[in-house]
Amino acid sequence: MAHPVVLAASASSNTAVATFWVLAVIAVAAALGMILIRRAVHCAVLLAVVMLILAGMYAMQGAPFLAFVQVIVYTGAVLMLFLFVMMIVGITASDAIVETIRGQRVFAGLAGIALLVLLVLVVGHATIGRAAPAGARNSTQNVSGLAKLIFTTYVFPFEVTSALLITAALGAMVLAHRERTSPKPTQRTLSRRRVASGRPTPLPGPGTYARHNAVDMPALLPDGTQSRLSVSGVLVSRAAEARASARPAIGGEVIGAEQERAEPDPVRPGGPGGPAGPGGPAGGAEAQAHERATEAPVQANGQEEDQ
Amino acid sequence: MISPANYVALAAILFVIGGVGVLVRRNALVVFMCVELMLNAVNLAFVAFARLHGDLTGQVIAFFVMVVAAAEVVVGLAILTSIFRARRSASVDDANLLKY
Repeated sequence: MAHPVVLAASASSNTAVATFWVLAVIAVAAALGMILIRRAVHCAVLLAVVMLILAGMYAMQGAPFLAFVQVIVYTGAVLMLFLFVMMIVGITASDAIVETIRGQRVFAGLAGIALLVLLVLVVGHATIGRAAPAGARNSTQNVSGLAKLIFTTYVFPFEVTSALLITAALGAMVLAHRERTSPKPTQRTLSRRRVASGRPTPLPGPGTYARHNAVDMPALLPDGTQSRLSVSGVLVSRAAEARASARPAIGGEVIGAEQERAEPDPVRPGGPGGPAGPGGPAGGAEAQAHERATEAPVQANGQEEDQ
Repeated sequence: MISPANYVALAAILFVIGGVGVLVRRNALVVFMCVELMLNAVNLAFVAFARLHGDLTGQVIAFFVMVVAAAEVVVGLAILTSIFRARRSASVDDANLLKY
């Protein structure tokens, strides 16, 4: 049974024209931004914009099935795959500014303009007539019509597609596989290492009894001092790195903001204990915190090896 | 109703933008994204021609293009991660072992 699909194609003529031009301008702008913006994540977001707009255009042209496939497969699967790989490769990986081949960008732009002129001339010279009247195959019968074509006329390419997909999945698994170079640590070695590290218990969580519970907020010990062990070492090193290069990094912004609020900041590496703010610990407590800080890195390293 | 020629022209513009991006960008991930943009532009042209002819064959072809593009992305990104694991770089300029 075929459900009636609400189509943008059935909208009135003026609405369709306005929708097309607005969407087309946004799509071209997003595509241009994709090749001009340096950050790869921003490129992915702009590509998502283009793909969603194309899905809307499929719906406007009487292809509701393809519109949904576009959203599900492209925006949902392919772009998420891109974002996952971006997490592996590093989110800050941006383009190098130096040109490997001199004048390459200029020539690429010229070639692009030439190709555009060629294509526009071809499209302009071709007599593309008016569209065939939208029949049932563009609305209610779209899915069944496509299914009829795929499973009769194009059944052999369809089967070949399944072989292609299986091959691609196996190939991706083989390519992404990594041989283990060291023996996998067993539960016995893990527990032994944990006991030998001198701290068999879990580390304290960040923000316990503190004024905020953010990950960069050290937990407060019963005597009011701050536990340096409760903040991840990665955040500390990132904050130091950001401060050294004066470049805002993830985590560094948060810790820097804490400093501006004149809160005691034990995260600052080697710092002489932040200025005591309202509700901050007294000087004696800070000295205690420094004592803890000296032994903290050793224990933290022992804990990190376990993971 | 918008003429299919407008859609085809838009597809041509998006295709050219994607092509220029492939030539200009050095990050392999962004190059892949530009290839995807080109494939999407071609799909738009296919759908426009399907509407022009009042026939569903163009939509079937666009569907197959989507499937092949998905497979291509999977394999390409796997190659990208393995290259990154070996060379610590996602730039297309760094993978030049076959050059000399």
